[in-house]
Amino acid sequence: MGQITLQKVTKSFGDVEVIPPLDLDIQDGEFTVFVGPSGCGKSTLLRLIAGLEDITSGHISIDGNDATDIPPAKRGLAMVFQSYALYPHMSVRKNIAFPMRMAKMDQAEQDRRIEQAAAALNLTDYLDRRPGQLSGGQRQRVAIGRAIVREPAAFLFDEPLSNLDAALRVGMRMEISELHKKLATTMIYVTHDQVEAMTMADKIVVLRAGHIEQVGSPLELYRNPRNTFVAGFIGSPKMNLIEGEEAAKNGGHTLGIRPEHIDVSATEGQWQGTVGVAEHLGSDTFFHVHQTGLTDTITVRAPGEVSFRHGDTIYMTPRTEQLHRFDDKGLRIA
Amino acid sequence: MATKASRSAARVMMAPAVVLLLGWMLVPLIMTLWFSFRTYLPLRGGDQGWTGFDNYVRFVTSSSFWPAISTTLVLLIGVLTITIVFGILLAILLDQPMWGQGVVRILVIAPFFVMPTVSALVWKNIFMDPTNGLLAHLWRFFGADSVSWLSDAPMVSLIMIVSWQWLPFATLILLTAIQSLDGEQMEAAEMDGASVLSRFFYIALPHLSRAITIVILIQTIFLLAIFAEIFVTTGGAFGTRTLSYLIFQRVLESQNIGLGSAGGVYAIILANIVAIFLMRIVGKNLD
Repeated sequence: MGQITLQKVTKSFGDVEVIPPLDLDIQDGEFTVFVGPSGCGKSTLLRLIAGLEDITSGHISIDGNDATDIPPAKRGLAMVFQSYALYPHMSVRKNIAFPMRMAKMDQAEQDRRIEQAAAALNLTDYLDRRPGQLSGGQRQRVAIGRAIVREPAAFLFDEPLSNLDAALRVGMRMEISELHKKLATTMIYVTHDQVEAMTMADKIVVLRAGHIEQVGSPLELYRNPRNTFVAGFIGSPKMNLIEGEEAAKNGGHTLGIRPEHIDVSATEGQWQGTVGVAEHLGSDTFFHVHQTGLTDTITVRAPGEVSFRHGDTIYMTPRTEQLHRFDDKGLRIA
Repeated sequence: MATKASRSAARVMMAPAVVLLLGWMLVPLIMTLWFSFRTYLPLRGGDQGWTGFDNYVRFVTSSSFWPAISTTLVLLIGVLTITIVFGILLAILLDQPMWGQGVVRILVIAPFFVMPTVSALVWKNIFMDPTNGLLAHLWRFFGADSVSWLSDAPMVSLIMIVSWQWLPFATLILLTAIQSLDGEQMEAAEMDGASVLSRFFYIALPHLSRAITIVILIQTIFLLAIFAEIFVTTGGAFGTRTLSYLIFQRVLESQNIGLGSAGGVYAIILANIVAIFLMRIVGKNLD
């Protein structure tokens, strides 16, 4: 079980309100990702749920019980920190055993859970090493192991992959997703990386300055961003946002079109421009097009190998059904 | 930077300092060794030639030797215990955010800047004086008889004085160690269900262990050589004669330079044993 509800939760540090009143429902077994630019309050929100920070007002309930004033250890949540926060003087085994030892669990049961977690996380050979002797990915797994053995109601991840290199990050992303499928426990995951959010989440919560901008499944957010902020934040490369005459012609204040929803041609099209930078990835080609008269740069993603070079003239046609229209407040026009 | 020329230039430029330091160390050391093998009684015939290991044997078989060793150990263990226990507590206290933190920290460190002779005199005359001392007034205020600290409880008094001097040092080292403790580790332990005491014993104390070892070793080296505090308070009376004080008495009060030098050599060996451990631990700390 791990259903978490936040009601009118606020948090202020002194006079600064970091989280304005906020409501959120997280269902049992759901993989929820908090995503937003740095300083948007996503880590603070996670720490409020964990109980590491006191909320200024409002209520948090876990599985229907009011948890607002319950100390962190009693909430039944386990957290994986950005720095992993392993205990450097203890072996991997003792690190993983620590929460059970604190709970005065039966030794045989402790050993059983350690073996199980170590097997699941490929740590069996490293149980007697110190954290200092492990690689970044292994440390990450120890931190997860320490969380698993508690059999918590929910896991909280605070940017767990940001200290790993790119290749390892992709691997760990898969491992955490698989772990979620296997355990089917509620997980709340904080990241500033929208790719992590898109690939892992059942539900994404986009935050800006403590406000929830939109909640929804990854594809919902991709297809129907509620405002220009979500539109610009979700999706890579970023959505092109065009203002002015061209937008007005299409019936909005701002017009949004994703790079992958523009078709390119060397001879004819709706918009014309000059290729600035062309990024040839093989599978895709990204063009940064200038001098379109629409906005500074239009990013275009063409599948496969397309041979435009720097300085070439390029014609672009947006797919009309994929256009997003926003009003002057940045909200989506349905 | 590290070309051959610059390296040899660096060596040449460092040479005077190295030579000076070596001389500074070697001349007294060799003189001590030299005198320790001779019968040298300045007021009773001067230098009377070689005696072999006679001085060494006499120094350790004298009736004052073992009492001096035990006094040294009592002082050492007493001061180390007090400075480390209170040092940890003070460091934790000073680590808390509070108003006037900077001033308070300077005040806590202040005793370390007071010369040992001065602080011992201040303690002796202002605090521990049986008639006019602050402690005597305090005792009388509660209707108790004032204690003549230095004659009735000489070791306790001495340990108090020396601890007061060394507490700031221990606090300072331990404070920096506490500040380097990762906050997320403490939070992780809190999430893992560790109480405040468990967090202290399982996370904070192991983190401090190296700092504690360093405090113990550095203080041991200096505490073995404590002299001024004993000289100005009890003058070695009432069982406060430590090893270093015994050496002083052998040389200046008994006017036996040979015997004192032999004691000095024992003290050098002892201090070096501690120093070797210190070097190894500090070296390990730097890896």
